[in-house]
Amino acid sequence: MKVYLDNAATTRTKEKVIETMIPYFREVYGNPSSLHSAGQRANEALTEARASVAKNLGADTNEIYFTSGGSESDNQALRSAAEIGKRTGKKHIISTAFEHHAILHTLKRLQKEGFEITLLDVHENGIVRTDELEKAIRPDTCLVTVMYANNEIGTVQPIAEIGAICREKGVLFHTDAVQAAGHIFIDVKKQNIDMLSLSAHKFGGPKGVGVLYVKKGVPLTPLIEGGAQEKGKRAGTENLPSIMGMAEALREACAGMESNSVYVGRLRDKLIEGLSVIPHSVLNGDRVNRLPGNVSFCFEGIEGESLLLLLDDKGVQASSGSACTSGSLDPSHVLLAIGRVHDVAHGSLRLTLSEETTEEEIDYTIEAVKDTVDYLRSISPVWRDLINGKREFIL
Amino acid sequence: MALYSEKVMDHFRNPRNLGVIEDADGIGEVGNTKCGDIMKMYLKIENDIIVDVKFETFGCASAIASSSMATELIKGKPISEALTLTNQAVAEALDGLPAHKLHCSVLAEEAIKSALVDYYEKNGIAYDKELFAKKAVCCHE
Ligand SMILES: Cc1ncc(COP(=O)(O)O)c(C=O)c1O
Repeated sequence: MKVYLDNAATTRTKEKVIETMIPYFREVYGNPSSLHSAGQRANEALTEARASVAKNLGADTNEIYFTSGGSESDNQALRSAAEIGKRTGKKHIISTAFEHHAILHTLKRLQKEGFEITLLDVHENGIVRTDELEKAIRPDTCLVTVMYANNEIGTVQPIAEIGAICREKGVLFHTDAVQAAGHIFIDVKKQNIDMLSLSAHKFGGPKGVGVLYVKKGVPLTPLIEGGAQEKGKRAGTENLPSIMGMAEALREACAGMESNSVYVGRLRDKLIEGLSVIPHSVLNGDRVNRLPGNVSFCFEGIEGESLLLLLDDKGVQASSGSACTSGSLDPSHVLLAIGRVHDVAHGSLRLTLSEETTEEEIDYTIEAVKDTVDYLRSISPVWRDLINGKREFIL
Repeated sequence: MALYSEKVMDHFRNPRNLGVIEDADGIGEVGNTKCGDIMKMYLKIENDIIVDVKFETFGCASAIASSSMATELIKGKPISEALTLTNQAVAEALDGLPAHKLHCSVLAEEAIKSALVDYYEKNGIAYDKELFAKKAVCCHE
């Protein structure tokens, strides 16, 4: 059996999305900036896509900027906020310790440029506390950026509360909603979100295209200079086929959100229950406030890369936050941020479901993970020491 | 290209000499859980020959494969030959390791040396400590 459980990394592009895209290669291939009819047809399509994306986020059409994906949107949001901060003499930014690297690495860069960064604790359950955010906001805070939902452990943050606090204090609020968009409720107006990043390939759209929503009146700083596309805030001929595909994917995902999240959530719960019987293991992230499709565990006494590769041999495709899979020497900063010690963080496994996941696949996966963890423990000197009492269990 | 060679995957999937030797003459354990790799080697030695060797490993695929390959390379060999086993030889026998995984082969070399030191010390045999100088391998040291 082949089971794809890495939907947080990327999703299969939906058939309907591919079909939507094809005419924009074959027929409507004009440049939206051209004045002739081919160009105007393309331009109309672009406007339709923008309106459709806006509607699904609760935004206005002119608040939607198309980008190359989540990373670019995150970079531009932070750069723009920093420029505003520089102009107003506010050089303090608040974020969290477990953001995606597109955020964290940009913040590191801004720190070198003289910004002060406060990273909020995300606690053992992987959720920021709004009272701690309130305390962290200073008169010189120019931006609060908190991800909507975490990509590794799936925890959903109290976005509406954060939005309300920021609005009241007059601080700009950005959220990286790459893992949330198309999966859980978003309404930028109701939730007082000033800027929001999303990426099409996380909800059945094509790779390399995304959105930066920016509330009217917030000035954007371009990362790419050139033509007048995207109101001069993002130069370059628009990737129309991908933008059309993204709009269709978001439309479909939002239309099916309620039923999908019930279906996927039930399978997630079954998977969590099935894996929880493995002794000396722990679910990462809050049990309740998590994405419908996210399951993340740490298993003591084993290492995640081995687990991942043996599961792949069994047909189960997953991901891990172990150091060996990250290509760095440290395990995932997300697992460390929720207080998992290195020893345990190395033994992590992330399984992320989609509405295409079946019950049979979940049953199969539960057995495959159990068998593989058992096997790896049976060859692990660490596990031997743990069960012989020579080493103390952490989990 | 795949991350690992066919050889690495073969030794990872079907590790040779996996297990423990209850009455081992020398036992060596190297690495630490913080780094995510621990290797334990068990040697059975008769007349200066490594007549049996077994291992247990906590770690990634290249760590498991390196231990497996290292045991194959020393099994049935005289101690003097096992002492000349280098991490490069282990990595080469595996048709190479990715650069950031080379420390796994170093761990394999050190696990064997550490088991031999244990054997020497248990049996009161004098040995050249220079030969057993540790190569720094762990990310957190
Ligand atoms: C939370 C989060 N932010 C940003 C990104 C980057 O998105 P993209 O791959 O579209 O650049 C990802 C995807 O890996 C993500 O999960």
